[in-house]
Amino acid sequence: MKRCLLMLLCCLPAAAQQRRSSFEDMARETQALQRDDATNPAMLWVQEGEALWSGAAGAAGFSCASCHSAAETSMPGVAARYPAWDDARGAPIDLAGRIAQCRAERQGAPPLDRESPGLLALSAYVGLQSRGLPIAPPDDPRLAPAVAEGAALYAERRGQLDLSCAQCHDDNAGRRLGSSTIPQAHPTGYPLYRLEWQGLGSLQRRLRGCMTGVRAEPFRYGAPEYIAIEAFLMRRAAGMAMETPAVRP
Amino acid sequence: MARVLINIPREIHAGETITIRTLIQHGMESGYRPGADGNVVPRDILRRFTARFDDEPVFAAEFSPAIAANPFLSFTMVVAASGTLTLRWEGDNGFDQTETRRIAVA
Ligand code: HEC
Ligand code: HEC
Repeated sequence: MKRCLLMLLCCLPAAAQQRRSSFEDMARETQALQRDDATNPAMLWVQEGEALWSGAAGAAGFSCASCHSAAETSMPGVAARYPAWDDARGAPIDLAGRIAQCRAERQGAPPLDRESPGLLALSAYVGLQSRGLPIAPPDDPRLAPAVAEGAALYAERRGQLDLSCAQCHDDNAGRRLGSSTIPQAHPTGYPLYRLEWQGLGSLQRRLRGCMTGVRAEPFRYGAPEYIAIEAFLMRRAAGMAMETPAVRP
Repeated sequence: MARVLINIPREIHAGETITIRTLIQHGMESGYRPGADGNVVPRDILRRFTARFDDEPVFAAEFSPAIAANPFLSFTMVVAASGTLTLRWEGDNGFDQTETRRIAVA
């Protein structure tokens, strides 16, 4: 017990200091793409999200702005504290899930599927309002089981390659896998524009990629397992600055 | 209509050389990629970009299948007096989009 504590005391501050966004490991050209809103292709989706935010949809003719007014005033910090607890469902919910819920149930507009251009656009637009703000997971004990499940999924070996997330992102972060530097897996920039995708994608799409990469069966979009992993990753990245919408190679 | 971002300097003096930066949402499907069913996805790219300032051509570019999706393009021009900048993207399958922006010199 004493040794454990000592180890914790020695390791925690060091690990906290060394946390870095994979932005730091990108080529200078890719960093430049993210830094400048005039070159960041994700801003095309943000523009789309802004139009959806203020456009009326559904039978009652509400827009998101009818209830939330300007996103610049109502949404700062919101993306930085998801996943959150959803009272209606008695389960954790991620930001995309909350937006889809508001759209279908409160706005009464046609539902937006996971990874659909509209949901990505709204998520990017809402996420942008938190850019530069520290990740601040809610201090809600009801989320604890999800965080614990996420930590377990992160440590679990999976797929034909029998590798856990931790084996790459903790044990080998900073080393190379083929042409890529293995990042520490901080979810600071989602949804983001990935050059490999030639488009915008969610954290769940990224996680699917990591799972099929070790030849494991990915979970379906929206699965509670992804939300648990996200809840764990956000806690692990608490205090780091949001980058949404980021660019990645 | 494809989403477009056009970046023009805010304050421009007569005779100044300015940089225009543009970004357009387009898949730039190369025509060489197999789709999920194994068949090649037909080519669908932008072919040509032209910029005119008050009907005078100031810049043009030809696109090829090797250009990434959502192409970014930047060019410089000299602005002698206020006028209208007309940007046009033309491509496969009848793609044709024109955007105009007023440029006012201080
Ligand atoms: C009819 C009113 C209404 C409409 C229309 C509406 N919302 Fe909401 N929204 C709400 C209410 C009420 C809440 C819950 C607030 C709370 O629980 O604190 C909420 C919560 C949210 C939250 C979570 C905020 C937080 O602090 O956690 C987000 C994000 C959101 N809405 C986005 C949207 C988007 C995007 C749209 C348009 C697609 C939209 N909403 C349309 C009423 C609405
Ligand atoms: C075989 C090693 C490996 C495993 C196992 C792996 N990843 Fe990854 N992961 C990578 C690499 C490499 C990248 C960066 C890819 C790139 O830059 O092209 C990445 C990227 C990420 C990112 C994106 C970080 C950013 O800055 O956007 C997250 C988040 C992530 N992984 C989470 C996970 C999770 C969660 C698991 C377990 C379910 C997992 N990874 C399993 C290698 C791995």
